[in-house]
Amino acid sequence: MANLLQIHEPGATPTPHEGDSGLSIGIDLGTTNSVVAISTDGKPEVLRDENGAALVPSVVAYAPDGSAIVGGMARNLLLDRPDSVVGSIKRLMGRGVEDIKSLAGTLPFDVSPAEEGETGMVRLNVAGHRLTPVEISADILRALKERAEDHLGHTIQAAVITVPAYFDDAARTATKDAARLAGLDVLRLVNEPTAAALAYGLDKDAEGVYAVYDLGGGTFDISILRMEKGVFQVLATGGDAALGGDDFDHAIAEYFLDERAGKLGENKLTGSEVKMALMTARLAKECLSHESSGEWVLDVGGKQSRHRLDRQTFEKLINDLVERTLKICQSVIDDSAIETSAIKGVVLVGGSTRVPLVRSGVESLFGKAPLADIDPDEVVAIGAALQAEALTVGSDTLLLDVTPLSLGIETMGGLIEKIIPRNTPIPVAKAQEFTTYQDGQTAMAIHVVQGEREMVDQNRSLARFELRGIPPLTAGAARIRVTFAVDADGLLTVTATEDSTAIEAEVAVKPSYGLSEEEMAAMLYDSMKNAKDDMTARLLAESRVEAGRNLNAVRSALNVDGDLLDGAQRDAIDAALEALQAAVSGDDRDAIEGAAEALENITKPFAEKRMDRGIRAALRGARVETLDSEASNG
Amino acid sequence: MNIDQQAEALISCWSCKGPCPQASAFCHTCGAVQPPGQADHFTRLGLDVSFEIDPGVLDSFYFNLQRGLHPDRFATRTPKEKVLSQAQATAINDAYETLKEPLKRADYLVHLKGMGVFPEGCNLVNDQTLLMESIELREALAEAETRHDVEVIAARAADDIATCIRQLSELFAADDIEGACRLTTRLKYLQKLAEEARAQKAKMN
Repeated sequence: MANLLQIHEPGATPTPHEGDSGLSIGIDLGTTNSVVAISTDGKPEVLRDENGAALVPSVVAYAPDGSAIVGGMARNLLLDRPDSVVGSIKRLMGRGVEDIKSLAGTLPFDVSPAEEGETGMVRLNVAGHRLTPVEISADILRALKERAEDHLGHTIQAAVITVPAYFDDAARTATKDAARLAGLDVLRLVNEPTAAALAYGLDKDAEGVYAVYDLGGGTFDISILRMEKGVFQVLATGGDAALGGDDFDHAIAEYFLDERAGKLGENKLTGSEVKMALMTARLAKECLSHESSGEWVLDVGGKQSRHRLDRQTFEKLINDLVERTLKICQSVIDDSAIETSAIKGVVLVGGSTRVPLVRSGVESLFGKAPLADIDPDEVVAIGAALQAEALTVGSDTLLLDVTPLSLGIETMGGLIEKIIPRNTPIPVAKAQEFTTYQDGQTAMAIHVVQGEREMVDQNRSLARFELRGIPPLTAGAARIRVTFAVDADGLLTVTATEDSTAIEAEVAVKPSYGLSEEEMAAMLYDSMKNAKDDMTARLLAESRVEAGRNLNAVRSALNVDGDLLDGAQRDAIDAALEALQAAVSGDDRDAIEGAAEALENITKPFAEKRMDRGIRAALRGARVETLDSEASNG
Repeated sequence: MNIDQQAEALISCWSCKGPCPQASAFCHTCGAVQPPGQADHFTRLGLDVSFEIDPGVLDSFYFNLQRGLHPDRFATRTPKEKVLSQAQATAINDAYETLKEPLKRADYLVHLKGMGVFPEGCNLVNDQTLLMESIELREALAEAETRHDVEVIAARAADDIATCIRQLSELFAADDIEGACRLTTRLKYLQKLAEEARAQKAKMN
């Protein structure tokens, strides 16, 4: 009896860190601004600085020694030390040097040429350092983590981080890697529009089909979701991972710089002029969202130029960009197989939806005034915080998301065979069978791409998977089953088995734009002076979780089948349980592992007895059934 | 026979090592999530094997299963439990995606019921009427010049699709799998045509 009581004692499954694990944060890692929020008891709170500002500019300034300043202070240094300051780094996540070329001009980045043996990931020269977008994003995440820790008074280990729904695998992986560098466990990567829908739906008790139009600083997403009774089911999603308010700024800046060149009779622009023009353009854009016209001065290199801009001209400058978003909306509505009139509301997300032309465009496409009751800058972080709480302490809400882009493999002649079409609910797995074309072939390569076009080079290359260890057979005899799985974070893994021999092939991944394992390891090492302590803490936490599961399993089994044991056997198991429980309360990982193994060994005969009893009961049930049917036949 | 099946249906729970019914997603003793196991899509979602499906019922069964098994419920659990929950959620999504759409559902049901009967599958086009119909509609679509022309063809396809689904219901109800197989092929063509009409309309925008 005493033992039964122990099972239900609240103190029976304590681990010292469990109190902390309930607190994880939600992060909206934006192109222009980032926001961090936390939710407790279903009440989300955006974390603000001493001035009440929630937005942390996603700008990082580097000192020659490599130390980083993040946020408003970094942004203020942009003009004085343009070579040491980076902004809009999100646009480069998971991207290669050739992508930058197509964005040339928009982005005042100093790109460093690739070095021997590196993957295609972009590297930048900043303040004399050679940095990847992953490292720069990690510095932003670190600053957000610190803001949360200062606010809460203790360390934070886990977070939900939002990404644009339209982010491809490479950009998602880069985001997750950045979090790892910043010392954050990613509980889940949640799509920004889905996070916004969660915040909106829970707050407004919305039911029915809604659209979320999310125009951020550098990315555009549109998602159509069905919300009902705590379920948020994404029906279709689409977007453009390189279209946002930054592009509005750029259109205005170009206009200013053209005027300036005409006025001053020069056409060679300095880097400072471009950065200054972009900053001024941003101010003009914000001003023209509520004023009808304004005048701005560009004062660079001792030369001044004055520029007038009215809203009509501004709207002409950005019209094509807004049209592009609306066209994407239309095709996503078509994908969702929902009539536009059946969409109950359109939620606006992202600072760029403050632009009147965006609002009126959305209104005329959907035929109803858009909703923006929750601050479009904060709604994503609020949703992320709610989901972070749901993932750690449990919840009834359910987010069912989809893949934004089709996943395919390269076939003969540079064509693509689609394996997982876009808008498939995740997690998803699809298997495909391949064979060898040469006798004794033991390896093969699979090139995985993401996108909707028919040819390989029109889509985004994700990775080349090399399968090794295929048993040598005659050509065409091997049956290699390759499984493509996309997890709940939207990340792809590939596994392969040779079917006739059941030999698991080894899969080596060469990410097209990611970091190699070695690079990541080196960065992790550099990033943590106390890397070893951190690793130890992580392993200890894992052992505790595993031991908790083990304790629960054995206690449940005793509860149901305890009568199978005699007194001595029972005492031995109880002692082993107590020993493991005691070890879990301590900090010695080896002690936990040892106690777990002892428990496992001592419960082996018990498990056999339980299986015996189960099978006998099943047989008895079957006999009774047979008798019953015989009886009824008779 | 019956006895063997009963005895086989028990597996040993990976977590508490005790007996656990094979078809169960969770161990009855310790509550640990189990591997998805083999089951047809209908059984997995708790539905009768039938072409007739109430979309509302399908959704609510699907949501209920995902509420318990989605990886979001296992974010702080052991790696093994995370892997199993992903496998479960993947299997549920696969079943839902297959049964949600009439065409995929019909295709699946024909294979499920006609296993071995139609070794070539349902894609074999030996139906002259279908072939002629499909060529005729294709040509009409290729010659369509205005948005209106395309819309007329799309509307006709939509009508035919609805009729086709109705007839499929009747054939499945009468257990006429061979007939259902033929109609499934027709439905495939019609949906492809509807899709092409949609793409053409999008191009005209």
